Amino acid sequence: MSDKIYRVNMKDLSYKIEEVPEEWMGLGGRGLTSTIVAAEVDPECHPLGPNNKMVFAPGLLSGTIAANSGRNSLGAKSPLTGGIKESNVGGTSAGIFAKLGVKALIIEDIPEDDSTFYHLHVTKEHVTIEACPELVGKENFEVLDAMLERYDKKVAVMTIGTPGEQRMLISNISVKDPKGKLRSHGRGGMGAVMGSKKIKVITVDAEKYKETHLADPEKFKAANKIFTKALQDNPISGEGLPAFGTNVLVNIINEAGGLPSLNFRSGNSENAEEICGEHMAENIKERGGSTTHGCHAGCVIQCSQTYNDEEGNYLASGFEYEMIWAFGANFGINDLDLIAKIDNLMDDIGVDAIETGVTFGVAAEGGLLEFGDGETVYKILSEDVPNGTPVGRIIGSGAGNVGKLYGLVRVPVVKNQSIPAYEPRAIKGQGITYATTPMGADHTAGYAVATNILNSGGYIDPLKKEGQVALSRNLQIASAAIDSTGMCIFVAFPALDDPACLPALIDMINARFGINLTADDVTSLGARILKTEHEFNLKAGLTAADDRIPEFMKYEALPPHNAIWDFTNEEIDAFWDF
Amino acid sequence: MIEITVKLFAQYRADHFKLEKRVYPKGTAVEGVIIETGIPIERFPIGVIMVNGRHFQESHILEDGDILSLFPKVGGG
Repeated sequence: MSDKIYRVNMKDLSYKIEEVPEEWMGLGGRGLTSTIVAAEVDPECHPLGPNNKMVFAPGLLSGTIAANSGRNSLGAKSPLTGGIKESNVGGTSAGIFAKLGVKALIIEDIPEDDSTFYHLHVTKEHVTIEACPELVGKENFEVLDAMLERYDKKVAVMTIGTPGEQRMLISNISVKDPKGKLRSHGRGGMGAVMGSKKIKVITVDAEKYKETHLADPEKFKAANKIFTKALQDNPISGEGLPAFGTNVLVNIINEAGGLPSLNFRSGNSENAEEICGEHMAENIKERGGSTTHGCHAGCVIQCSQTYNDEEGNYLASGFEYEMIWAFGANFGINDLDLIAKIDNLMDDIGVDAIETGVTFGVAAEGGLLEFGDGETVYKILSEDVPNGTPVGRIIGSGAGNVGKLYGLVRVPVVKNQSIPAYEPRAIKGQGITYATTPMGADHTAGYAVATNILNSGGYIDPLKKEGQVALSRNLQIASAAIDSTGMCIFVAFPALDDPACLPALIDMINARFGINLTADDVTSLGARILKTEHEFNLKAGLTAADDRIPEFMKYEALPPHNAIWDFTNEEIDAFWDF
Repeated sequence: MIEITVKLFAQYRADHFKLEKRVYPKGTAVEGVIIETGIPIERFPIGVIMVNGRHFQESHILEDGDILSLFPKVGGG
């Protein structure tokens, strides 16, 4: 049985199961979601109106035994950036979609009756669309429990909490992981898009699925062995990430003077030692818990963890660098346990760690609360945001809007999306990625930190301009391709330094589909995806003037290196010369 | 003699220290400090060397008052 396109229309609550058009055959993940969004969504549409679409697509290798292939992409026009969005997630949805033969799930339009929310259940033969008034107003963990009571425990679950129901721009879509915790399609306000379509939860049947078909199983197995070995032999993916998690970055980025602190006033945080990955690993060792946890089946990196309080009670899992940076360094909470408690609350209500954390930093700058006041953060996120009070709505609108409301200049956003945990002034290659990626400020779009700071893929001085545009371009093209395979972006570390890694990955794609892609084909695919996304944004009304780092970074020197953002517009715009 | 603030990270901290001020002969290179501290570079090779927050090689000659940060290969995102 070949894969199919599942198309749901929310206006008349109907569905169709369609053949995959020829031109979409060789695509998966981000390549497919961006192609479908560009082909079918009017770039000028309101992202929360009837003409936006949500497109879910597993990667090309998802559902196979390939290590780390369990990322699922979601595409739509973003209500946060006004441009195209692809946000990918671990969890179990990619593997289950792929095994069921769902090449993509496209959700169109908006119900005429907007008095309730709906539950979509996808099986091989049908999509059931039923009203679920009993789930309205519930947060994610309660929805998850209700789904696990109703279906096989392996069922895939994608859900929104009350911020998504209220179409807040900080809202995300939460996805069940193998341990029954949650991962997120985090960025770009995707929860608001799902809320606008009046969908509370999507489940995917995991009882009747089949193993994915492999054109050449022997070749596939051999390539996967080489690929897995490359991941395990690499010191970052094989040693550092399992031992300390992504939060190992706090110290190295802080030492380099690139850890944005107190709403991007400094590149150093005095909280670094309190919140760093080494301290977190010590706590996990002392308190029980686990430093290793995979966000999806088949992960051999296991960068995630289970983090407990001093009494050994569960506080959080998937406790990542971005979250800890946003609330620890940038907002100023010097208590890792309190940040963990906020993290778990944010998983429950379904809001993006980066957008929400940066929003609190801007709100503190505006005087809504004090920097470092984690108790008030907890109160706002547990009471004001779910109840949609004016304060909850303010925070729920994201950093760019809060900056406007409070008349602020120091507002760290690109295309209205919050800048993540690496200072563009002090890590300039990363700044080029923030400026140019069609996604709005996004670190995963082209992780120049690898070569600017971590000595992966060579070294380019983070404080100098030379070589940064080409670095970011190459990384963004490669990332667009990797995001199409269903692979976790951390395969980039071995891919940058181990010559065996990428050929093995390409061999797996070839063995899966019986094709003969070369490395050049994969690069062309990445370039094509980026151009497709860029073109969508231009048609949506974004211009080169949106490919810019916030102006304050041009004249406020960032301690400790007193770095400023010094690229000319021409230098930035040369990014698109390919 | 010169005084260097040595900061160790990730796996280098086990059985060693986080931060110490240590004294070395004038003209000591980064490499000399790596050897003297006895951090396990065979098990965890040096990933990144920073002096005062800037990247350098092992051959870099240290000066009095420098802050030297030593990392094995680390990454995340």
